[in-house]
Amino acid sequence: MSSRAILRVNPTARSGEILSVRTLIQHKMESGFRYTTTGERVPRDIITSFVATWDGEEIWRADLSSAIAANPFVAFTTVATKTGVLRVVWRGDNGFEHAEETRITVT
Amino acid sequence: MSAFPRWPLILALVALTTLALAGEIPREQRRSGYEQMSPATRAMQDDETANPGLLWLLDGEALWKAKPNATARACADCHGDARTSMKGVAARHPAFDATLGATVNLEGRINICRIEQQQTTALAYDSKELLGLSAWVTAQSKGLPIVIDAGKLATEIAAGKRLFELRQGQLNLSCAQCHDDNWGRKLAGNTIPQGHPTGYPQYRLEWQTVGSLHRRLRNCLTGMRAENFAAGSPELIALESYLMWRAEGMVIESPAVRP
Repeated sequence: MSSRAILRVNPTARSGEILSVRTLIQHKMESGFRYTTTGERVPRDIITSFVATWDGEEIWRADLSSAIAANPFVAFTTVATKTGVLRVVWRGDNGFEHAEETRITVT
Repeated sequence: MSAFPRWPLILALVALTTLALAGEIPREQRRSGYEQMSPATRAMQDDETANPGLLWLLDGEALWKAKPNATARACADCHGDARTSMKGVAARHPAFDATLGATVNLEGRINICRIEQQQTTALAYDSKELLGLSAWVTAQSKGLPIVIDAGKLATEIAAGKRLFELRQGQLNLSCAQCHDDNWGRKLAGNTIPQGHPTGYPQYRLEWQTVGSLHRRLRNCLTGMRAENFAAGSPELIALESYLMWRAEGMVIESPAVRP
């Protein structure tokens, strides 16, 4: 089954308003430091980057590492400037990529 | 050897006898594990964006509408919108199935439906799919009180109660010694809850995933160093029946978040 993610942000905002963006994604975030009962190392499988863009322009980014819990919750704030599409992309090991987007109307 | 001091042992025995007499929790003192959690964990459960259990609900909602194979019907083809048709269903499980002549829990009910109505295979206990479906169905009962048919489940509840009060494993502990007699006190760094299964399937921070009540029961049995029962086994169904009956009237809060 594919991964699931939630992107929550108010769909409308006044120009200059501070917007709270909250995201949650289903991912096991296997640290790469664990071993199986037979002693084999469990390969690392984590999300390594989170990038948010507003109409194509990058507004926020985070680099994720092994110490981050499974199903990471990422929240940040931004200033509403113009009507556009907020897009967030998670990328990680083994070619993992998941994107969510939503349109925000700024008045 | 006769000078060996016996009094600590006697004191310990007296203490254990006193604890054993504590008995069942009066109804007005029952509380969900939610009330014993830290404010941060409560906030995580209550927040519609921070509760990771919601991701499993999305899985379940998709599976509810999906056909398991080309010829089979989807859950939604018979039951329609789960939001209305599944309301209250999880709050009255485990339930007695007259056709089978046995008590089934929600996971069992879903698998019976898959085999008999959808002509497909049963889903493995604690698989991502079964957790998704059971979480989606249970979420439709959120806020509704647990109602258990104590008459039809009498044997099951009695068997569960016996297991709950039975000392098991290398530590010679019973479930009741912690969850009836010592709830609210500490076991290592953790507060002992009363053990009401109001939040399952639930997101457990320790697991970093959603899990079933049976997974939790198996955890506890491992901690007691007792011989374990398989998920979905008659023993765990009996324990589940007793625990749900014990929590009767408390509200379903799935998907809950627990430490």
